[in-house]
Parts: sequence; C-alpha cells; structure tokens
Amino acid sequence: MAIVVVDGVEVEIGDGERLNGVQAARRAGIEIPHYCWHPGLSVVASCRMCLVESGKRDPATGQVTLLPKLVPACQTPATDGTVFVTQSDTVRQARAMVEEDLLIRHPIDCPICDKAGECSLQDYHFRYGRAERRADLRPFTSRRRTLGDTVSLFVDRCVMCSRCVRFCREVAGTSELMVAHRGAHEEIDVFPGFPLANRLSGNVVDLCPVGALADRDFLYQQRVWFMRSHKHVCAGCSTGCSIRIDTNQDRIHRLKPRANAAVNQWWMCDEGRYAFKHVHDASRIVEPRARVGNRWEARDWPSILDALRGRLADAPSITVVLSPHQTVEEAYLLAALARRHDPSARIVVGETPMRGADESFPTGFTIRAEKCPNRRGVERIAEGWNEAAGGSESSDDFGWSAFLAELDRGARPGAVWIAGGGPDGAVDPETALRLRRTPLLIVQSLFHNPLCDQADFVLPATAFAEREGSYVNATDRLQSFAWALRPPIGVEPDGPLYWKLLDRSGLYRGPVVLKEIAERWESFAAARGSIPETGLDLGGAVRPQSTRRPAAPVSTT
Amino acid sequence: MPSDDSSIHWVEEPDLGLSGRMCLPMFAQGLTTTLRHLRRAISGHPVTVSYPDEEPEIANPRIYRGVHRLNRDAEGRVKCVACFLCATACPAHCIDIVAAPSPWPDREKYPQSFTIDELRCIYCGMCEEACPVDAIELTSLYNLTGRNREEMHFDKEKLLSVHDATKDGEPCRTLRPADPGGDP
Repeated sequence: MAIVVVDGVEVEIGDGERLNGVQAARRAGIEIPHYCWHPGLSVVASCRMCLVESGKRDPATGQVTLLPKLVPACQTPATDGTVFVTQSDTVRQARAMVEEDLLIRHPIDCPICDKAGECSLQDYHFRYGRAERRADLRPFTSRRRTLGDTVSLFVDRCVMCSRCVRFCREVAGTSELMVAHRGAHEEIDVFPGFPLANRLSGNVVDLCPVGALADRDFLYQQRVWFMRSHKHVCAGCSTGCSIRIDTNQDRIHRLKPRANAAVNQWWMCDEGRYAFKHVHDASRIVEPRARVGNRWEARDWPSILDALRGRLADAPSITVVLSPHQTVEEAYLLAALARRHDPSARIVVGETPMRGADESFPTGFTIRAEKCPNRRGVERIAEGWNEAAGGSESSDDFGWSAFLAELDRGARPGAVWIAGGGPDGAVDPETALRLRRTPLLIVQSLFHNPLCDQADFVLPATAFAEREGSYVNATDRLQSFAWALRPPIGVEPDGPLYWKLLDRSGLYRGPVVLKEIAERWESFAAARGSIPETGLDLGGAVRPQSTRRPAAPVSTT
Repeated sequence: MPSDDSSIHWVEEPDLGLSGRMCLPMFAQGLTTTLRHLRRAISGHPVTVSYPDEEPEIANPRIYRGVHRLNRDAEGRVKCVACFLCATACPAHCIDIVAAPSPWPDREKYPQSFTIDELRCIYCGMCEEACPVDAIELTSLYNLTGRNREEMHFDKEKLLSVHDATKDGEPCRTLRPADPGGDP
C-alpha cells in the first residue's frame, strides 16, 4: 500500500495500481487542470497546465524535500512517499501563465463556438486564468477546414494538446491526423487525399478539450446548455457501449460515450454515434391499428387494449417472438403475458440482425457484427420461461429459424405476437407469408414491414432511447438505464403496454421488474443487489457468439 | 474569479443616519414628484393622454422597450450571429432560433430562422442586454397589433423590416468602438 500526499491529504494507492499525479489528486478530491493528458492515451506532458510542485517524504524522518522546479503531474508517478503541492502561489502563477499564453491568439468567438459551456479552456480560464487581458490582440474568427465526413477543424481554436493525433495512432490505429509545421505555426491536419475516415472518428470531437474539432452532424444544432443528458446504453450492436443521450424538447441531438472500463473504455463507434436518426423518422408507426375486414382502422389505446385482452384470452395457443432489441424487463413481461393466457405458450427469440464481422481495435474496443443490444438478455429470459414450463433449454430450439421450420412443418399457433424495435426491417416478404395463416397475428414495429401486411394488429414499437430496463451485452454484462426520451404521441412504450395488459397496479418501472426476475431465476441472480452505473457481470455459461447463419445485410427502412 | 482577488474593490454600505433610517429623504423625494405633476395638471398640462386620438410622446426612445428589431450590418446582412444568448437570457422563452453555417465567407454562423413570439414576450429587454453584437434591440414602437396569433410571430424578415422602418429615428445604440478584427 503506497501513501501519496496531495496538499497535505494522505491518499492510499493499492499495490497493483499505477496512477499519476492527476489521478492521485482526484482521489483526494483535488482537481489538477490538464489538457493533453487523457487516461486512455499515452502521456506527452506537452500542455504544461498540470504543473505542480512535487517531492519526496523521507519515510524515517517525515522530512519533505520538494524539487526546485515544477513538474507535470500527469507524468509524475504517484509512488509511496510522493508529495504534491497543487495550491501554492508558484503553481497558481504557472497555470495563469499557461492560460494567458493559450488565449493570446485564441479567437474570442465563444458566442458562436459549439463547445462553449463545456469547454476546458473556458472553465480553466475562469478558475485559474488572469482576470484581465494584457495582450492587445483581438482575434475573432477561426478558419474552418473539413477533416473528413464527420469532423471539421476550427484551426485557430486549437490548443495543440495532440489528443486527437494520439487517438488516431493509438486507439483507432489509422494515424490520419498529424501535427503540421512547428512552433507558433503548429496545426492539426490530414495528408492530402487521406481524410479522417476511421470507424471511431467521432471520438476525436469528444477528446478535444476546446472547440477546435466539431462534429459536422451536430454543428450549430444546439447550444450545449439547452440539452439534458440521460445515461443510457447504445443499441447499435451487442457491445452495448455506455452512452449519454443529449436531448432537448423531445429530440435527440447527439450521443456521447460514457467511460466504462469493462465495456467501451472511453469510446464509441461512429455507427452507434449517429444511429439515432430513425427515432425521429417521419415514417415511424405512431398509432395502433387493427384490421377490420380488408382495411386498417386506427384505434385509440383503451379500445385496442380491450380488444387485445379479449383476443388473447380466446386464443387456443400463443407464441410470442421476443425481440433482441427489447430490454430484459420488457421481454420478461411479454412472455409473462403469453403465459398468463396460455400456460404452455411458446417463447421464441426473434431474428438477430447480423452485418459484416466483428472488428477489434488495438486497445480492445470492439464493434460487433450482431446489430442488436440484447440477444443474450432475451435468450436468458426465454430460457427461464421455457425451463419453467419444462420445455427445451437450448437456444437453437427457441430461435427464430426453429420457429419458422415448425411453421413449415404445419404447426398452427392460435396467436403469434411478434415484438420489434430495431431500425431495420428484418423480415422479408417471403418469411412474412409463412405467417399468413395465423388466426391472430400481432406485430410491433417501428416502421412498416412485410409482416404488418399479414397482421391483425399493428402496434407501434419503441425506439431504444424510449425504453427503460436493462440490456445484457455480448460479454454477459447487464447495464440498466431509464428512458431518455418521451415517445412520440400515440406510442405506448413496450414496458408500460405489457404492464397494463398484465393488469398490474401502479406504473411500469424497470428496476422493480428486474428485481422480480432476479429473485425468480438463477441466471439473473447477480442482479439481486443494486446495479452499478457501469453495469455488472451476470456470469454463467458463456455461449458462443451465435452459430446461426448470418442474415443477409438488410437495408434501413 | 475568487472573492479574495486583488482586482476586486470591496465597498461598504454608507451609514444612513437617523433621517435615512426613517426614510424621510425618500419620502420627501417621492412627494416632490407628486406635487410637480399636480402643478402641471392644475396649470393645464395633464399627464394623461386621450389615446388613440392623441399619440403619447415617448420621453426617451433610446430606453423605451417596445417591439424588437434585428439590426443589419454595413452590408445589409442580418447582424445576428446566432449565438442563442438572447434565447438563453429570455425569461419568457419567446425566442426561437435555427442556426446554420453562414453563406458568407467572412462570417461563420448565422440565423437561418429567427422568430419572436411577440405575444409571449414580456418586453423586459434582457435579450438586448445579452446580445454580444448589438443585433437585437427594442424600439419605441408600442402600438403593436395583429389580427391573429400567427401574425404576432415575428420572423427574421419582419424583424429586419422593423429595423428598416426605425433606423432613421433610432440609430443602432452600439456603445462599443468598432472592432478591428471584424465580427462577431
């Protein structure tokens, strides 16, 4: 156990830990400002913002000897007996000088800079900078340059921390960005003909401590202080990155990664970052419809609920197809609904959308081919319910293809409920035709797809940001979240819908249902306590990725 | 800025004295105003105006808070840089801006649309105060009418036309020296 002293506060550091001065001070509740250092990147100690006084404490006498010069805290290991002084006049003066130097030529265009409000340069200037400006320079505009399809660079706003350059070299492994020229003429740039075009490029915008790198998708859309952040989980693939959804007036404006060492470190991929456009697509199904004879009739929810209750109660046998886009809780409630009306109801897991192959990056960040967030969670639910009825426990037997094969062999379930929620129309017209003879077909979908043509009831599905519950990712890690966005008018999210159909009292709440599931089945036993923000490992048998045939790439509807 | 900063000059409240604590000076001051108006009224110059037959006279148009206008720069373009500070400062949430990259090479951002709901506005003047480029100002136009609610949603064109109509009588109230570096 190493003891480090930060401003007189003793901090204990575990034996296996390798921390630097910034991290040790953070543990003592003291902020050391920094631009170039980032926990996920190599240390360059070039911005000089984290300069502190440092020294050693003699273990025998307790005498502290400080080094004569200031040292960068990010580059100083916090070993036993290290002393950091972060609040002395020398340190304060050094910080103010660094700030002043950065601001000499920094354009004062905060009013039109997208970063204003979450900018380190702004924050540090107020906390550590000089009260007045001594230089008589008034640079006001910044040159804008396009680096790639996703990112623009405001050249003069840059403070040359080189985080973006290191990210491209160390994490993405593609090295598109470079520092051109030297000294006061330094600039971030790309080589002619080689734009910033890797699958993680959006992360350089998050890394940029100032407004130099801007997300072209988000540019000038919103001022950051208007938005509210909601902690959520990305639904783009089965990695399940921890993310933040920034919304204003029921619109998603951007997705940002949250740090989660066990899942996505500090990053997220561009595919996931921009995978929220479908939520606001005008072609979304936003009202429940029932088939009357040969035509559709839009109904209000109370009458639809009554009709569903009646028809489900009359059905001789029920099959529900859970969607891998649903949360664990929603899948559980839907299966419970089926089992309530038919104790031997069949619980099937819907088709897993697959696209391309898994891609891993040098630091271990992985973009997965399985383009749904919760196959493992839904399979655990199906397993649990099938076990409860004494049925088969193998995922190959309650899979989508097994269900279709059964239909081809002549099985005729009395009612089929197919849940949905993915942005892709995953069912082709041929498959949909195989369900044509089902007496009662209930389809939930975000967009119109061939299945809806065969259905008796079409219910609007829920988009990922509107869901509340938990996802289980490809490494069996369960992460819980609350809804981030209210659904469009006319859409009843899955959770509350099933909750009402089950005639439960009160309102649907994810944690309550998860508790119920955890108490009931061993496969969710780990979730009996509280769920940390970074999720928890459910453990258990780790099944292979998916042996099923990958579906052909499907176009986004 | 920390409160022990040497550049902050701290001022103590002056001692009011006995008459000040009894509010006598303020009482006398207020009564003087009343008496002044009373004298004017008696001598045939009443303060009340029979509007609309008679137009009231606005004592100081520079500080009157009437209908908004969006100022134009020297080239006739909208001066606004779409920084949203007016919308942020607005206590009535009546300003709606959609920003976009500007079509002009010397400007970065501009308001694609700029709408003020004049019915929702409380004419507090906070937008004017927040504006870093003196683009939004309140004019002395007070008799604002419309036949329906939609007419009272003033868009960018209409706000610019208010500027064209009032710029001669009320020049832009900018107090800061011309910036050598250009906008914003």
